[in-house]
Amino acid sequence: MTIRQLQLPGLALRSRKAGDLLGRALVHLFLILSGLGFALPLFWLVSSSLKVDRQLFAFPPVWIPHPIAWQNFPEALSAMPFLIYLRNTLWICLWNVIGTIVSCTPVAYGLSRIEWRGRDLLFVLVLATMMLPFAVTMIPLYIVFRVLGWVGSMKPLIVPAFFGTPFFIFLLRQFLMTIPMDLSDAAVMDGCSHYGIMWYVMVPLCKPALATTALFTFMANWNDFLGPLIYLSDDAHYTLSIGLQRFLVLHNAQWSYLMAASTTFTLPIVLLFFLTQRTFVQGITLTGIKG
Amino acid sequence: MGSRQRQNTIAGLIFTSPFIVGFLVFSFYPIGASLFYSFTSYRILTPPHWIGLGNYQRMLFTDELFWTSLYNTSFFTLLSVPSGLLASFVLALALNANIRGLSIYRTVFYLPSLVPTVAVAIIWLWLFHTRYGLLNIILQWLGLPRVGWLTSPGMAKPSLAIMGLWAIGPTVIIFLASLQDVPQQLYEAAEIDGAYYLQKTVYITVPMVTPVILFNLIMGLIGSFQYFTQAYIMTNGGPVNATLMYVMYLYKNGFEYIQMGYASAMAWVLFLVILLCTAVVLRSSGRWVYYGGVAR
Repeated sequence: MTIRQLQLPGLALRSRKAGDLLGRALVHLFLILSGLGFALPLFWLVSSSLKVDRQLFAFPPVWIPHPIAWQNFPEALSAMPFLIYLRNTLWICLWNVIGTIVSCTPVAYGLSRIEWRGRDLLFVLVLATMMLPFAVTMIPLYIVFRVLGWVGSMKPLIVPAFFGTPFFIFLLRQFLMTIPMDLSDAAVMDGCSHYGIMWYVMVPLCKPALATTALFTFMANWNDFLGPLIYLSDDAHYTLSIGLQRFLVLHNAQWSYLMAASTTFTLPIVLLFFLTQRTFVQGITLTGIKG
Repeated sequence: MGSRQRQNTIAGLIFTSPFIVGFLVFSFYPIGASLFYSFTSYRILTPPHWIGLGNYQRMLFTDELFWTSLYNTSFFTLLSVPSGLLASFVLALALNANIRGLSIYRTVFYLPSLVPTVAVAIIWLWLFHTRYGLLNIILQWLGLPRVGWLTSPGMAKPSLAIMGLWAIGPTVIIFLASLQDVPQQLYEAAEIDGAYYLQKTVYITVPMVTPVILFNLIMGLIGSFQYFTQAYIMTNGGPVNATLMYVMYLYKNGFEYIQMGYASAMAWVLFLVILLCTAVVLRSSGRWVYYGGVAR
């Protein structure tokens, strides 16, 4: 800093400082305006979910609902089998999280902590599978599950998770690669098997990456629409995504109910985000940068 | 030593076996089966029967909707991917300006991307509503005419692209992280040479993050070519097929018209189109992607 001040003539420095201040103000203005743009739809969602119909369709628009129509929530949630949808969604999410963790951890371990021929080839295969569009495998998979008699049940949405998800294998593998090999060697000296090293040494060290995997798997399944659309066909098995879409098709003018149901559908994820914010941000950079 | 190597190979195979089995069953077999089905007429209840190139001929020469859907998806991709990258990059630049309240801004930009897709679709159906939607109410306030966001064929794809911008939060965060990784010395050196913000951005920041731009561009392309859910829920292809996206038409062929063979052929064409685009982008990347300090 001092060197720069010495080198620059005083006048230039002062004008640069003023410019800096102006620039900073402009940056804030820009961020505030775009922030408002990002926040507005969410605000409008919550606000609409709490309005009586008269205010929902009012012009000029009502920003803060008055009275607050709390009854929209119980009414919306009882207008559809919401609790059954919720239970199904949680069931699918739970098994996917378990399946993904249980399968991706050893695969990632085998791709990073064991030296063996064919390992690199297999890793390339993982990357290639990651890029494979779902649309390509969608139809043959449907036929396979149809032959197995699983269409209409939640099995097609759960069982594949137990066979490794390329994206999370990649993520965990990248994480495992950063752990010094000496650690494994020391454990081998102590007579530890690969299974033991994975379980007692690597898993504890991988907690951040595993947390990211669990979180993102949960979110992906909470969100998934195409899978349930293809495989599920009745209210007893519908998830929230497909259930809500069905409700939209049947009652597309019930805006306050739709908003209340959408708010309820979104809220758990937002809460989860605030509870696990660090895992989240870490996960996004972990997944994006290392690619 | 030899036995040690064999032991390791066995251990490696055992540890990776879930993926190997999963790959064979859920990727390898379906890819092959899909290729086979694409040469057949397959209506599920009766076994597939071989028709050679029939599906491909129909697709390329007689099915106008195939071209419509390919055009729609390509147009939408050209609209949404560059604008999404640009917007995320600009937001990340602003966030990187060492400003106060960074974590608040970051949260505000990120939150919308957490909203489940179906909820996003419902929220924006309401915002885009021609009569009661907030966007048209604001336009009316400003004395401007209403827009048929999702009801006019010319506007539908841009509207979906605008909606897509709402969920760029993760890309912003990825860009921001890569901006923070740019070595400070580079800026200091440039400042000593009297470079201004714009110069520093164009000559240092942008080149340094080109690998991340490339990564996001490819992921964006792959994602955009498979765009389905929002359009399916919000417009179901309308108005006048303006939002009939490729995967939606594929889905309809497969699961609504039960033409599994034709849908498989479409899937293969999609696969090739995506591969081709990715290859072109990767090919071009030698010219514009800069891998910090690594000679190429």
